[in-house]
Amino acid sequence: MKMIIAIIRPERLEAVEEALRAVLDEADHYRLTVDTVEGHGRQEGEVELFRGQKVRNPRVQKTRISIGVNDAYVEKTIGAIVKAARSEGAGQVGDGKIFVTPLEEVVRIRTGERGSQAI
Amino acid sequence: MNEAATIDSGSTAWMLASSAMVLLMVPGLALFYGGMVRRKNVLTTMMMSFVAMAIIGVQWVLIGYGLAFGQSLGGWLGWSSELWGLAGLPHTRLYADKAIPELVFVMFQGKFAIITPALISGAVAERMKFRSYVIFILLWATFIYCPLAHWVWASEGWLCKLGVLDFAGGTVVHIAAGISALVLALLLGPRRDVQRGQPVLPNNLVLTLTGAGLLWFGWFGFNAGSAVAVEHPVAGGVAGLAFTTTQSAAAAAGLMWMLVERWHHGKMTSLGLASGIVAGLVAVTPAAGHIHPWAALVLGALASLVCYWAVQLKSKLGYDDSLDAFGVHGVGGILGALLTGVFCFTPVAGALSGDFTQLGKQAIGVLVALVFAGLGTLVLGLLLKWTVGLRTTEAAEREGLDLHVHGERGYHFDQT
Repeated sequence: MKMIIAIIRPERLEAVEEALRAVLDEADHYRLTVDTVEGHGRQEGEVELFRGQKVRNPRVQKTRISIGVNDAYVEKTIGAIVKAARSEGAGQVGDGKIFVTPLEEVVRIRTGERGSQAI
Repeated sequence: MNEAATIDSGSTAWMLASSAMVLLMVPGLALFYGGMVRRKNVLTTMMMSFVAMAIIGVQWVLIGYGLAFGQSLGGWLGWSSELWGLAGLPHTRLYADKAIPELVFVMFQGKFAIITPALISGAVAERMKFRSYVIFILLWATFIYCPLAHWVWASEGWLCKLGVLDFAGGTVVHIAAGISALVLALLLGPRRDVQRGQPVLPNNLVLTLTGAGLLWFGWFGFNAGSAVAVEHPVAGGVAGLAFTTTQSAAAAAGLMWMLVERWHHGKMTSLGLASGIVAGLVAVTPAAGHIHPWAALVLGALASLVCYWAVQLKSKLGYDDSLDAFGVHGVGGILGALLTGVFCFTPVAGALSGDFTQLGKQAIGVLVALVFAGLGTLVLGLLLKWTVGLRTTEAAEREGLDLHVHGERGYHFDQT
């Protein structure tokens, strides 16, 4: 099992959700946690205006999605996110990143099931 | 003074409504300012406006009204022993020849006394000690606002006798508050993180726009209610004129600020529109019952041009007027007071008619308000600096004054 955490552009969330649904829904049921985060990579924040002054907010609003998947679905998930979250053409700075980490255990609270069937 | 024999119900009703509308401007101001600061300081910033209702609300009944509108002591200050706590003022007594109860006039003027010191809070936001602020506005209302209101608005006041026109408070309210805001901002020094070049972004411009809307609405009471000084019955032609010029100036100013921003940065911002509206309302305040509606359009547009420029100036000059209390109220007030002397047609003709006498008188009014309120604030500010202290600690400023001073946070959005 792997934990996949992706930081994406907020406006790409709809496309990413659709792409994930397409690859995960058959067996490895589609599930997702989404939150709004702030940060920056090579993108140097965003400029806002305050009474005619330019103020550079060093952090940009991003969307973070967290999804736990069974090993067979890791590449499919990554592929779906990359395809849907990349800006048109060759992509742009600020399109985001995907982190994949090992996932030791999953417990479904309702039933107490553990491991890959609980995912 | 001629005493009116009977109450005019129309005038009384309008003055009651006006008084309530001016009070509504205080929460309006709290929202306007509160939205512009950071999340950690939203409550303390709004409190600085709200607390004026509690403090000056008491001061005005106890001594404020007497000092401003009691029997004149040589045109410099008012006082009558029966006005101490309003104890000797029968509720049946009418105000001069205006056919409204004097208590209604007391309340109307009291709301002005409340909002004026609250305007200053915009310059000191996010760093002034709340305790010092509370003491400051009490002293400021007593030693600066009351005398100035007496000079300009009491019929025996020396500036009033000189012929300075200030329909609803360009000098008494906006110039006095604006210059005091600048002096306090200079005494306090910039916010520590602003000095380090940290970006400061508003926590909620939705609040700011809501506040601007309430200010615009309340301002009709502020300006059209101020017809009480020049006509009776009070709710008459001058009230209608002041209402129309107020609307015209605010609209033209909002429009001009948007256009200037569009030209400067290519975008029309919501804060810009709100700021323009307030700048126009400030500038038309001294002129409201003295100029034609077309002149109010010109005056409003000029106010946004000049105030926009003034607001840009602060970053060049390096002082930290957090929410532009001087840039909007001070500069807008000065412009409005001077332009009153240009555009006025009643009761006297202004510079447009070729006679510059009134413009000269207006300039005297502006200078007196700047010098008196500026020096007065310097004295009060220094006294407080040497005793209670003006600035919060660096830790408090970093942590946010809401939690540090009031023990609360403004938002708990994550809580179910």
